Amino acid sequence: MAEPIIRVKDLKKTYRVGEIEVPALRGVSLDIQPGEFVSVVGPSGSGKSTLFHILGGLASPSSGTVIIGGEDLSSISDRERTRLRRTKVGFVFQRYNLLPTLTAMGNIEMARHFGGNSGPLDTGFVDLLKTLGIHHRLHHKPRALSGGEQQRVAIARALVNHPAILLADEPTGNLDTENSVKVLDVLRDLNNRLGQTILMITHNPEAAAYGHRTVIMRDGRIVGEN
Amino acid sequence: MINRLVFENLKHRKLRTALSCLSIGFQVSMILAVVGLSHGMLQDSINRAKGVGADIMIKPPGASAISLSGASMPEKFLKYFAARPHVTKVAGINVQAYAGLSTITGINLDEFAALSGGMKYLEGGPFKEKNDMIVDDWYAEQSKKKVGDTVNALNINWRICGIVPAGKLARQLVSLKQLQSVTNSDDKISQAFLKVDTKENVQAVIAALKAVPELEGYGIYSIEEFVSLFSVNNVPALKGFIYVITGLSVVVGFLVVGLTMYTTVLERTREIGILKALGASPGDVMGILVRETLVLAVVGWICGILLSMAANWAINHFIRANMQSELAPDWWPTALGISLTAGLLGAVYPGMRAATQDAIEALSHE
Repeated sequence: MAEPIIRVKDLKKTYRVGEIEVPALRGVSLDIQPGEFVSVVGPSGSGKSTLFHILGGLASPSSGTVIIGGEDLSSISDRERTRLRRTKVGFVFQRYNLLPTLTAMGNIEMARHFGGNSGPLDTGFVDLLKTLGIHHRLHHKPRALSGGEQQRVAIARALVNHPAILLADEPTGNLDTENSVKVLDVLRDLNNRLGQTILMITHNPEAAAYGHRTVIMRDGRIVGEN
Repeated sequence: MINRLVFENLKHRKLRTALSCLSIGFQVSMILAVVGLSHGMLQDSINRAKGVGADIMIKPPGASAISLSGASMPEKFLKYFAARPHVTKVAGINVQAYAGLSTITGINLDEFAALSGGMKYLEGGPFKEKNDMIVDDWYAEQSKKKVGDTVNALNINWRICGIVPAGKLARQLVSLKQLQSVTNSDDKISQAFLKVDTKENVQAVIAALKAVPELEGYGIYSIEEFVSLFSVNNVPALKGFIYVITGLSVVVGFLVVGLTMYTTVLERTREIGILKALGASPGDVMGILVRETLVLAVVGWICGILLSMAANWAINHFIRANMQSELAPDWWPTALGISLTAGLLGAVYPGMRAATQDAIEALSHE
């Protein structure tokens, strides 16, 4: 078996709310292989969002090991965490999170800029824009795009720097069934055709079924897998 | 790419951007207008002092070189001055202030005409009655007065007998005797003007006058020396006034930009989170706000220059008899420096707040 692209071992995260310590992750261990599409499900408060934030370099772990693409996140500085977000991780959020003042293309270019890339888009990415069905909508601002289109722009933006892993947090949470299916199809297609590693958080079992396997979380722990 | 974001952000909130630029513009124009007025009014005074045609000007002790009014020099000194070697003509004037900045100047018309090479009248002619007044064309135009109209000053209705071109000593000239009489300053004058036979003798005459014990403490200047005193530094309080206006402008600019950027940061909390998720460092986020501030400051500065041009035109067009203004391009770089400083100071706190914003909290911001 190949070296996992993500290796999480005994990951703990405790938040301090005033005087009280709130454990969000109580020892999570998880390996994800390159090219895997993994769904994480669990009720609210199960710790899946905290796992998402730590894997994306948006939060630091309290203890444990997190290795992404050979890089140990538990011991890196904020500056290195920023670099990780630029190059190794792509985010897709429930609420799309496009910059409203920029066009779809502007949003993609902004991610490229931070990723240190410039010049014309590579042909692979141009093909991807066609696959996503947004190539003709790139010069519109987010408010002129439907929810489904915005989410597909967000996926394009997340992939423009060819990240090691695509992290998607409830990517269909704000979409109707038709658009949800489109977005999930796109994710599966990216995974199948390009071998893009994807970790998707969802509480929708139908969405979770798109992944190769589903990890179930509860109370800050992984309690099952299928 | 960052520049595009900056531009789009500013374009996104057009009204706020316009109001911020205009606010900065007003503070810049405030500085430029004060400086322009100072320069314009001093230049006008220089032109009028030169228009007298004298070589030497003498002021009594205690009077600031370019103060406007008061009369404390005995008129009999004029005879003494006239008797000095090389002095060919003398004239004394009595200047009295009324209604704020306005002054009325008493002259002996014959003495004055001899000194200045004669009076040219655009309308009317010299004094005939004791309450006659000669005004310059700026005053006549602004006050909509013509020959035969009356002007009330010092509780007297003066009748305009003649209108002369601007640039001769004062805007409102009356008979010296009459002004002395109505202001209880009989036999007193405010300034004496002397004409010397040749330019080469001016300094010698001045040196001789300075050596006279009775003239101790008197300000005795050549006209060139006198007009050189007309600078911002020599007007009491003007320099301080400009400093105060400049200081206030920095504070106003700081507050305007501070408030604009603070509301911007609050409004864009979520976008700051997005930028951080895309890999923006705290420095990148700060840099975006700093660039937005620089754009506001520079556009505001340009607005300020345009506003100051408008103010300059309005002052010189509508009230040039009371106030004169000049454009002050030598102050434009200073004004730019002030608006940039004020803007950047205002951006510091909001910028720091944005830069240190927690990305997860920002992303969950509604």
